[in-house]
Amino acid sequence: MLSAGYVLRRVLQMVPTLVFILVVTFVLVRLLPGDPLSAIGGDHVTDAQVAQARAAYGLDQPLFAQFLLYVRRVVTGDLGRSIVVQVPVWSLVGERLPPTMLLSGMAVAIGVGLAVPLAFASALRRGRATDLAIRAGAQVGLSMPVFYIGLVLLTVFSAHLRWFPVGGYGDGWGDRVYHLFLPALTLGVSLAAVLMRSLRAAIVDVLGAEYVDFARAKGLPTRVILLRHVLRNALISTLALLGPTVGSLLGGAVITESVFAIPGVGRLMIESIYGRDYPVIQGLTLSLAVTVSLAFLVTDLIQASLDPRVAR
Amino acid sequence: MTAAEDLLSRRRPAPRRFRPPSLPRPSPALAGGLAILAALLVLALVPGLVAPYAPAAFDYRAILKPPSFAHPFGTDNFGRDILSRTVWATRVDLQIALFGTLVPVVFGTLAGAVVGYYGGWVEALFGRVVDAVVTFPFLVLVIAIVAVLGPGLFNLYIAVSVVGWVFYARIVAAGVALQRRLDYAAAARVMGYSTPRIVLRHLLPNAVSAAIVYWMTDMALCILLGSSLGYLGLGAQPPTAEWGVLIADGKNYMNTAWWISIFPGVAIVLAGLGFSLLGDGLADLLRPKR
Amino acid sequence: MTGVADTRPGALAVRGLRTVFASPAGPLTAVDGVDLDLAPGEILGLVGESGSGKSVTLRSLLRLVRPPGRIAGEVLWGGRDLLGLRPGELRRVRGREIATVFQEPMTALNPVLTVGRQIDESLRAHTGLDARGRRARGVDLLDLVGIPAPATRLADYPHQFSGGMRQRAMIAIALAGEPRLLLADEPTTALDVTIQDQILKLILALRARLGMGVILVTHDLGVVAQSCDRVAVMYAGRIVETGPVAALFAEPRHAYTRGLIGSVPRAGGERRPLLSIDGTPPGLGARPAGCAFHPRCGFATDACRREAPPLAAVAPGREAAGREAPGREAACWHHAAVAAAGIEAPVPEPA
Repeated sequence: MLSAGYVLRRVLQMVPTLVFILVVTFVLVRLLPGDPLSAIGGDHVTDAQVAQARAAYGLDQPLFAQFLLYVRRVVTGDLGRSIVVQVPVWSLVGERLPPTMLLSGMAVAIGVGLAVPLAFASALRRGRATDLAIRAGAQVGLSMPVFYIGLVLLTVFSAHLRWFPVGGYGDGWGDRVYHLFLPALTLGVSLAAVLMRSLRAAIVDVLGAEYVDFARAKGLPTRVILLRHVLRNALISTLALLGPTVGSLLGGAVITESVFAIPGVGRLMIESIYGRDYPVIQGLTLSLAVTVSLAFLVTDLIQASLDPRVAR
Repeated sequence: MTAAEDLLSRRRPAPRRFRPPSLPRPSPALAGGLAILAALLVLALVPGLVAPYAPAAFDYRAILKPPSFAHPFGTDNFGRDILSRTVWATRVDLQIALFGTLVPVVFGTLAGAVVGYYGGWVEALFGRVVDAVVTFPFLVLVIAIVAVLGPGLFNLYIAVSVVGWVFYARIVAAGVALQRRLDYAAAARVMGYSTPRIVLRHLLPNAVSAAIVYWMTDMALCILLGSSLGYLGLGAQPPTAEWGVLIADGKNYMNTAWWISIFPGVAIVLAGLGFSLLGDGLADLLRPKR
Repeated sequence: MTGVADTRPGALAVRGLRTVFASPAGPLTAVDGVDLDLAPGEILGLVGESGSGKSVTLRSLLRLVRPPGRIAGEVLWGGRDLLGLRPGELRRVRGREIATVFQEPMTALNPVLTVGRQIDESLRAHTGLDARGRRARGVDLLDLVGIPAPATRLADYPHQFSGGMRQRAMIAIALAGEPRLLLADEPTTALDVTIQDQILKLILALRARLGMGVILVTHDLGVVAQSCDRVAVMYAGRIVETGPVAALFAEPRHAYTRGLIGSVPRAGGERRPLLSIDGTPPGLGARPAGCAFHPRCGFATDACRREAPPLAAVAPGREAAGREAPGREAACWHHAAVAAAGIEAPVPEPA
């Protein structure tokens, strides 16, 4: 069970992280060569417009005051306006979030669905041909860039076999899942390679634990030992990967969405970079970092509630 | 000497199988990794040895030709030889692996040594930095930095270095902190050695092996990252032959001329395998024997 | 123990048990032809230094040895050979007829499952009780092993118990199937001395109350003296001597046993681990030819270096005539000389 004290401590731990995220995203735009506004505005603005905008954005104030201004804006939910499409960044992000979330969810399902049985097969047949083949496969999977996996899947299953659409998002749930299957498989395969390695190591570890011997000595059915004692404990220790996984999924989504032309936040990121839409880049980076830090929080809370030794 | 001790000293040595003294036998992983990387290194240093053409040589009589004797990996839409481009790209991608990790390795190791040695509030503060850095999706942050600084390899190195050092520092700090608690470190302090000397001569060498193993993985990751950015148009810029760029070149021809993208991809996988095998092999080698 | 196997229910007869681990350096024999007999309800102590094969012997009885370990021989449980059972049949013996407790409850209990859950799964596997019945039985079991407030402690995790309570909890879990035989692998070694006594007394009380037999693996002669009916001494994978506790302690017939007993302080109450025989037991891959103990033995002769002595019944010595209990066996060419040397005289130097 979770103690309120643990939850509070863990939530408070997020504060420095959030401050850091704000600092980084603030500094990010200041890295632009020259005056941020003329860089943002390009060549088509007049000096008067620049001066007016400077005042509006508080850019005539000292750096620290500007930072506080930025924090206040963000805290009140204002992530700025897109220069290119002239809408608030948060509405742009909100609009593009569902495809990315569906894609990530499907990718996790595929990744876990592949990793758990493979890790079991590999760990239980340690040192034999099955194990070597699975580990070699994982090694290749780890070495393969996401965009390459996507491109190969796209060519084989969409272009040649025509089983799947070549990209896009679709309408309605069924159609969306259908559209996102190949991209999710792309992300899922590369996720499975990572998960499989850690899960296999954790299972091998747990299989050697004395409580597994004790469970056998108790005469429990093999299925109960493998699921309740081995898988459960191995998953709890692998759960620590959830936070980093969300991070790498979002990174992978940037690439996958541009390979498969999916209108998610990843593609929005790339579009904004091509369009030099700096407020969107800034707002997106901020939102994605906050998402990942929330994922870390959730990871820790889940782990603490599953592993009674953590939350004391 | 008591009777019992005498009994012990006269104990007949147990029969033992003869084993010739030798260096630790390199594991298959280590040998495989070294072989792959040695081959790639040769390609990077003297690409002309294998590449039959110049990487950017157009040949309008041989456009989008499938693999053949004259063009073993085929040609692209400008008639450029894919084998030659893939081979020449080795130089660029190995450079990415090296330059993308150089600053993190050096700076991260030193920072980690300092953090690990002093511990206390330095360690606590560093812990917060680690917490914060790992919450940034690495690729997203690197892309954002490159987006602001402008596409290109140099800015890629800056972006990777800004973030990458933290991971080395974390590994080394943990190692140094562990070593610090061992007896010989206390002995070195008692003997009046200076702090830098204790850290550099005594603590660091023992703590650094884990960082070296991570370095190998990191170089593999760096190639993946570099090629991903190249694919997105944010890394190496065309017409530079870089594996990610080459794959992007061929993406619109996948259906008709698969060879343009497939072979550079195989090269990436090979390089990644080389580095991870080497890392695994080194991990086995450097792991303290039980 | 070359006698006829006892086939009564609750009796165990082990014949020629061999457990061999395959290794890159060749096969390693951890248990090398062990014979054991246990009458129903009897407590047998299995004693030896670490590496003598006593724990592997215990685990081999229920085939709990992991690959690359291979077990051969016969383990006759009420006349049925456990080594020949199919996995499903063996599962019904494990936990239900023969239960096991391990040395370190902190590692033997699953840290992420409550104690109640770990009792419950045993009850589920071995009884037809419904959820409510299993819970009631779980409370009874914790109560039986002397855990206060059992109903509330069912919901606790192992780390919330103290060391002694944790061992009690493990015993409670082991008792869930109402076994006829308890295999206890150093159940008190990880505990404080006062707690050790409590746990031993608990095991004795449970034996008396439930009528189950116990095989107690230990390296502590004090534990054996305090709790066992009979004792078997192991060295280098073999039983070197066996017999009733009192008789064996009074007049050891094997030089190794003699050394063990000589290493225990006579008049004091404090127990010590058996470390005082100098030299170390041979490694698994490096057993000397002949009697494995001869390099450390003051009585050793050429015969000992040539051929390993079989475990054979020993005739009562003249001085012990009349009070020698039955069932004494020793694997020593010079058992008469060892017996004659007594336990007070200094250890002779090896020739």
